Amino acid sequence: MLLGILRGVIGLLLLAQASVAGAALSIEIIGAGEHQIPVSIVPFGGDQKLAKIINEVVTGDLQRSGLFRLVDPAGKSPHELAEVNYPDWQVRGVDALAIGSIAALPNNRVEARFRLLDVVKQTELVGQAVSASDGQVRAIGHRIADWIYEKLTGDKGVFSSRIAYVNRQGQKFRLIVADSDGYNEQVVLASNEPIMSPAWSPDGSHLAYVSFETGHAVIYVQSLYTNQRMSVADFRGSNSAPAWSPDGKQLAIVLTRDGSSQIYLMRPDGNGIRRISFSGAIDTEPNFSPDGQHLLFTSDRGGSAQIYRMSVDGGPEQRMTFGDGNNFSPRHSPDGNGFVFAHLNNGKFYVATQDFQTGQMSILTEGGWEKKPSFAPNGKIILFASEARGRGILATVSSDGRVKQHMFTQSGDAREPVWGPNF
Amino acid sequence: MKKLVISIVLVNLLAACASEKPKETSAAPGSSSAAKSAAASSASSPATAGDPLNDPASILAKRSVYYPFDVATVQDADKPAVQAHAKYLSGHANRKVRLEGNCDERGSNEYNLALGQRRADGVKKMLELGGAKTSQTESVSYGEEKPKASAHNEAAWAQNRRTDLMYAK
Repeated sequence: MLLGILRGVIGLLLLAQASVAGAALSIEIIGAGEHQIPVSIVPFGGDQKLAKIINEVVTGDLQRSGLFRLVDPAGKSPHELAEVNYPDWQVRGVDALAIGSIAALPNNRVEARFRLLDVVKQTELVGQAVSASDGQVRAIGHRIADWIYEKLTGDKGVFSSRIAYVNRQGQKFRLIVADSDGYNEQVVLASNEPIMSPAWSPDGSHLAYVSFETGHAVIYVQSLYTNQRMSVADFRGSNSAPAWSPDGKQLAIVLTRDGSSQIYLMRPDGNGIRRISFSGAIDTEPNFSPDGQHLLFTSDRGGSAQIYRMSVDGGPEQRMTFGDGNNFSPRHSPDGNGFVFAHLNNGKFYVATQDFQTGQMSILTEGGWEKKPSFAPNGKIILFASEARGRGILATVSSDGRVKQHMFTQSGDAREPVWGPNF
Repeated sequence: MKKLVISIVLVNLLAACASEKPKETSAAPGSSSAAKSAAASSASSPATAGDPLNDPASILAKRSVYYPFDVATVQDADKPAVQAHAKYLSGHANRKVRLEGNCDERGSNEYNLALGQRRADGVKKMLELGGAKTSQTESVSYGEEKPKASAHNEAAWAQNRRTDLMYAK
């Protein structure tokens, strides 16, 4: 039914709803990309229970990207190359066809075989066999979706990457790491005091974050593999806003130990602290450029919160945002050509981007309580905190503003999301 | 540069002290709810009988300072109460107070954490100028993380833009 709607109104704004029964969250997709690639995903052969999961993950990922039009296989179900009759798919107007099978192996492993075929040229674009533990079936699905995305769009897929966010339920706070579609939640920290500002190390192995569990804001760095953590900045006042350098060797942090909130650099073990901003105003939310040479940050030095840029060696600072309203939470795009930020105007927050070259600001959302935008590793999708039906939710918007989705967690408010690296 | 900024702040604070008048107790935003919550907290206060901190009629019963949007300086309406707490602390060296800065939600969480810290630090400085020792005061910020009121409107925001004076038991 969904496919029928999609086929009918390509190019127009449309509202599609894809909710997955029994899932930890439901997802609503709004809008569609300008040029959707018609692709048919044939449900996998082999173990039908596993095949159902793979199909659900792959189609879900591709739909959410907004870049694909999923064409119903309409009863045709080839699983091997020899079973494919290309004219069957050419008449359906399909550019690409995904087929495969999945089998449960002894010793709790599964094996999937997958092919992506170019229907027009009648050639194989991808042929892969993957073996994994039986707890990794969704991960296999995300990997397949990444292959399809990469082959057909030319951009790297981000479905296998993970996200981090804070769930608040009453006075209970949980720092959560999950798959890019919100599944496979893993609780990194649970606390009765606030948790904020999660930040991924570039290799995805650690999270830096701020926890109030000792009565004030303290920065911790925690391994996602061992769960071991250490407090890396615990000075008087507030220790906040950790950001990793691209090489993972430094953290930019914000301390009030010398007066107002200022930016410092230190090693991720808490040593080698040195101050790099000297404004006497509020300087916070540092974010490294992909080349590690610059920081974007929020400052009220001009009288109200705006975004500035400085060299990591300290100064000279340059104001980046002008015009009406206030601007917060800058993060560089992965290509380093611009940044995304939260724009506050007339009591509403919007997700906006700005290009370094032109200085042009683009507002990507309708406005509301939309905070903390961060790019997916390929720069094509922006994750942010939003609000719907009175709850804090996770939301995404494509970087061209065309495709939006809302992700509802099962309970509580989702806050402070950040997209992790591809690794 | 930084020294200059600090000295300007000090001048402001001193000017504020000089111009202090008891009649400046007109209603600040949320002051009625402040009085209510202060009365509630003083009712459960561990202070011993005879301690003015325990007297709900005392100006010391006012334990919250309120601010306009994106402002961290103590407003005239709240100065008498902060001054009274400063005087109380200077006369009760064994007493300690924790200053907890809070903000409304109109800002990023990190910016608000910084703003809340600036609010708490402003009260701390005023207490110290009024005679409290540095060791008696501690300032922290919760930013927008612990809102007292959760609605997206000015009535809620006014309550959330606040520094609470929390005396240690």
